Amino acid sequence: MDLGPYLLLASLEGAVAAAVLALTAVGLSLVFGVMRVVNVAHGEFFMLGAVLAWWFASLVAGHPAFGFVLALICAPLIAAVIAAAADYFVLKRLNYDPEATIVATIGLLYIIQQTVLMTYGPDARPVEAPFNARIYLPWFGYSTYKFFVIGAAIVLLIGVWIMLTKTRIGLVLRASQLDSEMALAFGIKVDQVYAMVFGLGAGLAAMAAVLVVPIQQAHYLMGGDPLLLSFIVVIIGGLGSIAGTVVAAILIGMSDGIISVFFSPTLAKIIATLLVAFVLIFRPTGLFGKRSI
Amino acid sequence: MAALNLLTTKGLSRNFGGLWAVHNVDFELPEGQVRALIGPNGAGKSTFVGLLCGRIPASSGSVQFDGRDVTALPAHKRIALGMAYTFQITSIFAKLSLWENVALAVRRKHHGDANAVEGGVKAALSRVGLADRADQLAGDLSYGHQRLLEIAMGLGQQPRLLILDEPTQGLAESEVDDFKKLVRNLAGETTVLLIEHNMDVVMDTADMITVLNFGEVLAEETPETIRDNSAVQAAYLGTG
Amino acid sequence: MSAAAKSVWLHGGVITLLFALQFVLPAYHHGNLARIMVLAVYAMGYNMLFGYTGLLSLGHALFFAAGMYGLGLTIAFLDFAPSPALLSGIISALIVSAVVGFLALRTTGVAFMIVTLMFAQAGFLTILLFGEYTRGDEGFVIQQPERVLAGIDLTTPGNRYFAALILFSVCLIITARVVQTPFGKVLIAIRENEDRARMLGYDVLRHKLIAVIISGTMSGAAGAAYALLFGYVGASFAAVQYSIFPLLWVLLGGAGTTIGPLVGTIFMFYLIDLSSGLTSAYMLIAGVTLVLLTLFARQGLVGELRKRALPWLP
Ligand SMILES: Nc1ncnc2c1ncn2[C@@H]1O[C@H](COP(=O)(O)OP(=O)(O)OP(=O)(O)O)[C@@H](O)[C@H]1O
Ligand SMILES: [Mg+2]
Repeated sequence: MDLGPYLLLASLEGAVAAAVLALTAVGLSLVFGVMRVVNVAHGEFFMLGAVLAWWFASLVAGHPAFGFVLALICAPLIAAVIAAAADYFVLKRLNYDPEATIVATIGLLYIIQQTVLMTYGPDARPVEAPFNARIYLPWFGYSTYKFFVIGAAIVLLIGVWIMLTKTRIGLVLRASQLDSEMALAFGIKVDQVYAMVFGLGAGLAAMAAVLVVPIQQAHYLMGGDPLLLSFIVVIIGGLGSIAGTVVAAILIGMSDGIISVFFSPTLAKIIATLLVAFVLIFRPTGLFGKRSI
Repeated sequence: MAALNLLTTKGLSRNFGGLWAVHNVDFELPEGQVRALIGPNGAGKSTFVGLLCGRIPASSGSVQFDGRDVTALPAHKRIALGMAYTFQITSIFAKLSLWENVALAVRRKHHGDANAVEGGVKAALSRVGLADRADQLAGDLSYGHQRLLEIAMGLGQQPRLLILDEPTQGLAESEVDDFKKLVRNLAGETTVLLIEHNMDVVMDTADMITVLNFGEVLAEETPETIRDNSAVQAAYLGTG
Repeated sequence: MSAAAKSVWLHGGVITLLFALQFVLPAYHHGNLARIMVLAVYAMGYNMLFGYTGLLSLGHALFFAAGMYGLGLTIAFLDFAPSPALLSGIISALIVSAVVGFLALRTTGVAFMIVTLMFAQAGFLTILLFGEYTRGDEGFVIQQPERVLAGIDLTTPGNRYFAALILFSVCLIITARVVQTPFGKVLIAIRENEDRARMLGYDVLRHKLIAVIISGTMSGAAGAAYALLFGYVGASFAAVQYSIFPLLWVLLGGAGTTIGPLVGTIFMFYLIDLSSGLTSAYMLIAGVTLVLLTLFARQGLVGELRKRALPWLP
């Protein structure tokens, strides 16, 4: 086969990966940017979104689109509520002490993952796509649903961006990000803002998972990869910088798609983990960012 | 005579995001002197001594200590050469006993010699009047006593140059008097660089006074003549 | 009684108790305790860095695995006898921890945690990448003839227990000794107030690096011993979970106490042992324990005991 179509296919797959990754990573970045919390359980909220999507889809009979739409609305909401509760009952009580919060989110990771294992079980389960028509390119057919994923991610990211820059909520978030004590002095309820941000971050990850689950099956261990990739993206994109995060997500998502065509996925992951380590060691502000951990 | 100066700086400067906290300071401190460093809030006093002991890297200029250029040395090496530094904002080991706090200061010199350490700790704690509290946790002390502990940690190092950043801040009046006596006793033993807002302490203890304003040396005088310096009065004394 | 004398009594007592237990324990718990002692060595190694120096690593599985594979691979491919293989395991861990320490210590706090996590993950993936030799997740078995150390067959329960006890005792004594030395006191000072320690003239970076190396080497010794005593080498010991375990054991038992790691390992081992009879989701216990500890008992069991009743506990 020619290299051309091969690369086109890889770039399309890369674009889908990038879209999902951008959503997930922006969630992680938002939480770090506003709360300075490194949420190690972020990948589990992604997994929770996928598993809940399967559950909602299995609840609704009839056309798969009904279940999908229900999942798209409810799964991120549930993930967000769980996250907000975790913030309220655990992280807040730790005063967001950086080390203690990481240890607590590790605990959270296992609690979510293992609870899903106990209830949903160890099987990987597919969710049917809401529509499945194929577009026929000259060399191969391609699922329209994958184009929808790319489009939906773009719309959602624009939504987040508008929320952050154009609304009062965004103003409050940015104020809390700059200086939580100052924000408190201006009557902003930092507690509530933090719970909301933690929920929003988890919700974005869950949303990304709902989008991806018709392509990739739901499984209780599926949170590891998105966590690692989001870490890479957030660290390379510059901690807490949303624009940098999106750029890095596109970069990593695309190159991951292309690299894994040529290299073994394990080798690609080794390179990725070492990249994160070395960026933190030698360029602690990220490749584009200004702040360090 | 350069050899008699324990500490010399040339053109020492530090810039914080466009602001010269310390600018082009040439400074000489003869061995054995008690030198006071005064100046209004934000004059750059803490930054200056931070540059001396290596806590803050210099933007430009050089520091000579004991005839040796130490500008490139990291803080711990400068301390090992015989500087000791006490923090303006109390910095102690809150969860360790007073004894252990001072022992950490003493031990670096008397590595392995338990008796010498024991003696050094006792001596340092006695000098600040905390000997009977040796077993208490440092974090349980009152603020004033923590300041004294901080001084004891400086003394315990038996330094050639003792840098004290506002040691009397938060001390009771009687403790301030004791502190004055302590510094007078130190005169002759070691060289002291003392940042101090309490002019009473300055006048009673210092051999020489350096006035810093906006990061630059405004005057260098004896306590006797400084009151007549109009520039100093305008910048500093006039306000107090 | 002086602090040093109390330390001798306490640690001597623990070792004597463990020695005596082998004669009274039923076979099942006898086997468990041998395993626990080796894992407690891993926890003690972790405690040296986390408990005494205040550096929270999320990548100690790398050192455990370095010891394990340093022993296992030399036996499998270079036909090493057990004792040189054990040495090779320990040296592997020493080298790996020196390199990781040298690089990771350029960062602090959260960045240090993530960097160590990433290095360990890269190590785990490397084991999978070379699955041809390491047999990846499936792992490989070290046969009985290769587990006879200096004429002692480590496959019999009695010998195994005794070997574990010796390793444990050596590491406990090393830990108890190190934290009494001036060097150990500097580590504690760094944990309490790094800036102050530096301004007392201590080379903070050098002390931290040595702490990483002691910690990593002890962890590696545990990994090597585990492979030798239980005859199995596998990638799961290099996975994230095995970096979280020592953190959990040390937090539970009491960070910065000499016997906390043993206490924490015993408790967690039996908690997981009991719950894995009920459910395959036994890591749930680990998660819940982590959250509860950070919320309510940062000092751990021995730490609380020290705070409430026995302030002299080292
Ligand atoms: N780390 C820093 N970053 C930015 N600016 C700083 C920093 N440290 C000090 N400054 C600024 O440098 C100037 C000098 O500060 P410094 O603390 O040296 O003054 P000082 O004379 O010790 O004052 P005080 O009497 O209040 O202790 C101040 O304007 C201060 O805001
Ligand atoms: Mg100051």
